[in-house]
Amino acid sequence: MKPRQQRMLAIGLAALGIAIAAGLTLRAFQDNMMFFVEVSDVVAGNYPKERNFRIGGLVVGGSLQREQGSIDVRFDVTDTACTVPVRYSGVLPDLFREGQGVVAHGRLGGDGVFEADKILAKHDEDYMAPEVAESLSKHQQDIQAAVVRGTGGCNPDDS
Amino acid sequence: MWKWFHQLASPPHFYRLSAILSPWLAIPGLALIAYSTWQGLFVVPMDYQQGDAFRIIYVHVPTAYLSMMAYTIMATAGAVGLIWRIKLAHAVAAAAAPIGAAFTFLSLCTGSIWGRPMWGTWWEWGDPRMMSQLILLFLYFGYMALRGAIDDTAKADKAGAVLALVGIVNLVIVHFSVEWWSSLHQGQTVFRRGTMDAEMRLPLLLMILGFTLLFGSMLLRRIRTEVLYRERRTRWVREMILSPRGGS
Repeated sequence: MKPRQQRMLAIGLAALGIAIAAGLTLRAFQDNMMFFVEVSDVVAGNYPKERNFRIGGLVVGGSLQREQGSIDVRFDVTDTACTVPVRYSGVLPDLFREGQGVVAHGRLGGDGVFEADKILAKHDEDYMAPEVAESLSKHQQDIQAAVVRGTGGCNPDDS
Repeated sequence: MWKWFHQLASPPHFYRLSAILSPWLAIPGLALIAYSTWQGLFVVPMDYQQGDAFRIIYVHVPTAYLSMMAYTIMATAGAVGLIWRIKLAHAVAAAAAPIGAAFTFLSLCTGSIWGRPMWGTWWEWGDPRMMSQLILLFLYFGYMALRGAIDDTAKADKAGAVLALVGIVNLVIVHFSVEWWSSLHQGQTVFRRGTMDAEMRLPLLLMILGFTLLFGSMLLRRIRTEVLYRERRTRWVREMILSPRGGS
C-alpha cells in the first residue's frame, strides 16, 4: 500500500469512528436535543416534571379566549391528535394565530392546564403571496380546520 | 487531466490565474445581488403570514448557505492537503476560514433580527438549529486560533485540517437539526418543491448564486495573499516583485 493510500485509509477510518461516536452521543441525548415536547407526550406524562419545559403544537381554531379587562389569554394547543389547554398572561407575538404553530414555555399545573410564562410563534416553511393563500381551495381549508380542531383521536398510550 | 490539475496546484500558476478569474466572479456576483435585492425588496409579493418581514430571507438564507459551503471547502481542502500533500490545498483551507466565520456571524445576526418580530425572541438557548450554528461559528474561531497558535506553517496546516475534518460532524447536525429534533426554526424551504411561490423562489436562488460568486471571488483573493505569504522566500515571488511590472 502506498503512503498516500494509507493516509486516505487512516482519515477514512477516523471519520467513520467520529461519525459513530457522534451518532451514539446524539442518540443518548435525544430528549435534551428537543426544543419542545409534543402535546401527545405531555398528555402521556412524558415530560420533565421537576423543571419548566416547552410544549409545541398548533393553536386550535376558535379556542383563543381573552379575559375582559386584562392581558390573560387561554387557548388550546394540539398536535392534531391530543390537546392541552394553555393559560398565559402577557403580550402574544404578532405571528400568533389560530391554526398556526406555537411554542409555550412554563409548567403543567395540577388541573392539567399548562401555565405559560413565555409564548413563541412558530411558522412553517411555506411562503406564498396573500392572493395565492386566499385562492387555496375551500375544501383544503376545511380539511386543515378539521385537523387543527383535533379530530384525530387522542391515544397517548400508543406513543 | 492530472497534468492540468498539478499545473493548477502550482502556486505561481494559480497566482496568475486567480488574478484573471477573480473579477469575472465578482462582477456577475454583484450584478446578481443587486438585481435580486431589488426584486426581493420591491417586486416580490409579501408573504401571506409574515408580511414584508419575510424579505430578510433574501439575506439570511444566502449567508447561512455560505457559512456551510465555506466550511465544506475548508474541510475538503484540508483532507486533500493531508492525503495528497498539496500545499495549495492548505492555503485554500486557511483562506476560507475567516470568510466562513463572517458569513456564519451574519447568518446568526440576520436570523436573530428575523426571529424577534416573527417568533417573539432574539435568541433561544437550547434550540438545536441555533445552537449548532453557534457551534459552527466557534469551530471557525477554534480553527483560526489553532492555526495562529502554531508557528510552523506545515504543522498548523495539519492540525487545522484535522480539526476541520472532525467539525464536519457539526455541519451534518446543522443541516438536519430541524428534521431530527423539534425546533423553533422552520424546516427546509429552498431546495424543496412546492414550499415557496416560484416568483419568490427565483430571486432567492439568484441571490444564493450571486453570493456564491462573490464568495468565490473573495476566496480567490484571500488565497492569493496566503500563497504570496507562504511562498515569500521562493524565486518566482522574488522575480515577480523585482520585475518592471511589480507583480500586479
